[in-house]
Amino acid sequence: MTITAMTILTTTGTIIMLDDFLVRAALAGVGLALATGPLGAFVVWRRMAYFGDATAHAAILGVALALATSLPITLGTLVVALAMALTVAGLAARGWAMDTVLGVLAHSALAFGLVAISFFPAVRNDLSSYLFGDILAVSRLDLALIWGGAALVLGLIAWRWQALLTATLNEDLAHASGLNPARERLVLVLALALTVAVALKIVGALLIAAMLIIPAAAARGLARSPEAMALGAVVLGAASSLAGLQLSLWQDTPAGPSIIVAAAAFFAASAVLGRLRGTV
Amino acid sequence: MSLIAASHLCVRHGPTEVLHDISLALEKGEIVTVVGPNGSGKSTLLRALLGILPAAGGRIARAPGLRIGYVPQRLMIDRILPITLRRFLSLPVRVTDAAAQAVLKRVGLEGQGGQQMAALSGGQMQRALLARALLAEPQVLMLDEPTQGLDQQGEAAFYRLIEEVRAETGCAILMVSHDLHVVMAASDRVICLNGHVCCEGTPQVVSDAPEYRALFGLGTQGALALYRHEHDHDHAGPTEDPHAHDHHGHDHPHHHGHHHHA
Repeated sequence: MTITAMTILTTTGTIIMLDDFLVRAALAGVGLALATGPLGAFVVWRRMAYFGDATAHAAILGVALALATSLPITLGTLVVALAMALTVAGLAARGWAMDTVLGVLAHSALAFGLVAISFFPAVRNDLSSYLFGDILAVSRLDLALIWGGAALVLGLIAWRWQALLTATLNEDLAHASGLNPARERLVLVLALALTVAVALKIVGALLIAAMLIIPAAAARGLARSPEAMALGAVVLGAASSLAGLQLSLWQDTPAGPSIIVAAAAFFAASAVLGRLRGTV
Repeated sequence: MSLIAASHLCVRHGPTEVLHDISLALEKGEIVTVVGPNGSGKSTLLRALLGILPAAGGRIARAPGLRIGYVPQRLMIDRILPITLRRFLSLPVRVTDAAAQAVLKRVGLEGQGGQQMAALSGGQMQRALLARALLAEPQVLMLDEPTQGLDQQGEAAFYRLIEEVRAETGCAILMVSHDLHVVMAASDRVICLNGHVCCEGTPQVVSDAPEYRALFGLGTQGALALYRHEHDHDHAGPTEDPHAHDHHGHDHPHHHGHHHHA
């Protein structure tokens, strides 16, 4: 990272500022990976990919709501993402056809959010930062929110790890062991909403689900235990963030998509490696 | 006191009453097999007894602090979830390596702890599920169609294993079977279920039945038994349909009318 900082430093000549924003961006990416790694593993294991999409897309509506009520963006995002996640989880428990429900809710949330935001001309030009993230503009406060949120998600998942894993394998089995699978689902819903709020600034609403799924799927090729896969997802997520950041700086590409491009490259490498080692 | 007892239990799936007025009790150390056609509510009964499904009527009484080991009908583990058999045994309660080794030896999976769960065969998976259930030192073991997908030999071997477990631990066994006629020979009681309890009785050991030997060979070593259904209780009066209970071996009709006399 210092080498990159130095390179840019020589070209522009504003030493401290540059160094600072790069460090902040790198720290933001690593913080996000701490949350998305283990949560992403559960999203993959439980086939919640579209669930993640619906929750993430609701974040745009959350931004509009926050702007309308002059509340902090993170709070608005958190509230709307949580409402969406609870709605979807509730409908799933009632036996709705999830494919259709998620298709309706995910895209409606995004469309409503985009329409609502268009009423705020000041933000209109800034829209792409909500859709694709703006990791290079991460402030100290953002960083505190990202690490605070990630620590919460990590703590929640670590606390419920054994129960979550049992309920993920088989809900009846968990029930017979005296666990409550509905409560474990709620833990994941809560963690998902928190992660969406944390990730919006970094990868943007459109690619949050990708940040959950791709590093976890990439870690599968290298892991033989659930713990190794979750840890691998953290490492690969952090590496994707840093590599994406590099790409974004070099080529002036949007940061969020660049991070996902890096993650996809890791996934491809891991798939080949896993096949060679026979772990998949 | 019974380990677990249901009295006048009714269970609904939405508007449909799946189980009607079920009364049964499981005593210490006994083996009870529940048989019934598809959709007769066998799995529903187990899930209600486990407390997974709520009772719409009647009640379930459990001995205080009852430990139940549950072996579900099937466990689909996708390859996307990497987990070894050894790690699986530590869910949700972590167990020592010594305990894990002992239980794997007990179910005939010695030295297989490093295997990925997704790579286990059907028979191995059933043994793995049994091993995990045994680690909780259950007083009642509930098994939902544990031999589904196993061949006759595998089924007999699994039943012998269950019998040994009962002899060693003294736990009661409640097992659901997909086969209306061939059940575990060691069953103390067989309950025939079809939304309600149709009939109940003892199995008749088949190791000596010539028809059965001719059909399946000698390899079951007395682990399997025939169950003769006696559906002569009063939910269809004998004058209404004299042929309803006229069973011929494997052509079990199960078409008794559900007229319930008050």
